[in-house]
Amino acid sequence: MRFKDVFSIIGPSMTGPSSSHTAGAARLGRIARQWLGCTPERARLTLYGSFADTYQGHGTDLALIGGLLDYATDDPRIPDAEEYAEQAGMEVEFFTSGLPAPHPNTVKIELWHGDRECSLIGASIGGGSVSVHALNDFRVQISGEFPTLVLRHADKAGVLASVTSTISSSGVNIGYMQVDRKARDGEALTAMEMDGAPDPDMLSRLKSLDHVLDIRVIDLKKGVSSDAI
Amino acid sequence: MRFKHLHELNAICTAESKTIAQLMIEEQVQETNTPEADVVQQMSEYYQVMKEAVHKGLNEDTVSRSGLTGGDGKRMAEYIRKGETCSGDASALAMAYALCVSEVNASMGRIVATPTAGSCGIIPGVFISSQERFGWSDEHLVNGLFCAGAIGYVIANNSFISGAEGGCQAEVGSAIGMAAGAMVELRGGTPEQVVHAVGLALKNTLGLICDPVAGLVEIPCIVRNGLGAVTALAAADMALAGVRSAIPSDEVIDVMLEVGSAMPSRHRETAQGGLAQTPTGRKMMEKLAKPKAKRAPEPELETDGAAGSASE
Repeated sequence: MRFKDVFSIIGPSMTGPSSSHTAGAARLGRIARQWLGCTPERARLTLYGSFADTYQGHGTDLALIGGLLDYATDDPRIPDAEEYAEQAGMEVEFFTSGLPAPHPNTVKIELWHGDRECSLIGASIGGGSVSVHALNDFRVQISGEFPTLVLRHADKAGVLASVTSTISSSGVNIGYMQVDRKARDGEALTAMEMDGAPDPDMLSRLKSLDHVLDIRVIDLKKGVSSDAI
Repeated sequence: MRFKHLHELNAICTAESKTIAQLMIEEQVQETNTPEADVVQQMSEYYQVMKEAVHKGLNEDTVSRSGLTGGDGKRMAEYIRKGETCSGDASALAMAYALCVSEVNASMGRIVATPTAGSCGIIPGVFISSQERFGWSDEHLVNGLFCAGAIGYVIANNSFISGAEGGCQAEVGSAIGMAAGAMVELRGGTPEQVVHAVGLALKNTLGLICDPVAGLVEIPCIVRNGLGAVTALAAADMALAGVRSAIPSDEVIDVMLEVGSAMPSRHRETAQGGLAQTPTGRKMMEKLAKPKAKRAPEPELETDGAAGSASE
């Protein structure tokens, strides 16, 4: 099912004017920021399709910036997000591309903070719902509707077993899971949509597992960001 | 969810003597593992946001970000006060409120996507005007939102709800179907009548293109929200009177998918056809600021990285 629950139809509460160009954009920006794990110092956003054609009139740029500041879709600061970004010391650059994208409303977000960097490719699929297709060039399928755990880890036998058994011992159910790797024995990325928010204890146990490089929690329902775990 | 189609929604509700709203709440609780009180609370908050948007549109001068639109909701409300409506005060008020919410949306104010922002005026327009008219409690209207959500869930998963994918029939059309069906349930109609209302409403918007001037959610979106609210009330009346959709409503949804898929891209929100490309539409677009972004250095966007799953 593309749309999973009643609030993907009625909702979100949002700053206008377009659920796909504004609310969906804010969500994609926020997922990218949570994937980075902190407020970016520099952001580079490339817009495709209808995003590229009409982003200014819809405030897509403001919504994306608002998302990068960890704002929810109905945050009243979105119309003034450019000023807040400046205050936060965040440098933002927009590009448009005429290349075909998998969905009309697609954005590629690249973020930097100190020696951290990350990227995301995602689409706004209608009604404010989004679908993230790639994180750091790893293929994923993330909706942002559920708390999502993203692990970077080595492509080694047994890593997933120890990760899932750690999660199961915390009593949290995994609703959807996807694994992708760059190369055999190289770096891999696992994304898991969870039925409940992961607690700090589970996260620290996961982080201490062999071959686990990094963990991020993406949770759009949270009021505050899950920075710097 | 236990239903994917409207006929299933009707069958389950009829067999278990439930309203569609009750079933939707139960399914939402089950699907998201959230307590019922929280689910209902969330929807109640959304209803308050809708009311605030109507209030704001009626009492403040909303001007869109582009400067192209604003003030029509207030204009309608003043006209109704003069007592000269052609469509009847109930229809005219639903229309006025729908215009208000859509104008608040265009001014980057706060609204609830129902199912999208482009169609955010129709459900509040129908619901809030009917609440005033019939003296219903907020709780009753919140149930109505769950019923509307169940209908939208079926449409969204069998067809589409965004103009970019399926044209305006998917966006404003879906909202009209949702509002019409919910209105039937709010007035005490049966689940079967609800389902007929959806089909009756959707048949009237099949083929509607998405052709926003300059790509903005303003012209003709705001006016279509206003008129959509009236259509929803009319379709609800037809169904409550016992009129049936001769083509089953699920099949009408399939037609929406067929028509939307066949629609050329210039009629799916790209502003490259329809009203957007009329001489006046083009002039409006030229007056607005040009995009300031640079072109991206090519090539870009590799969604297909190394395939395969990690070995275990």
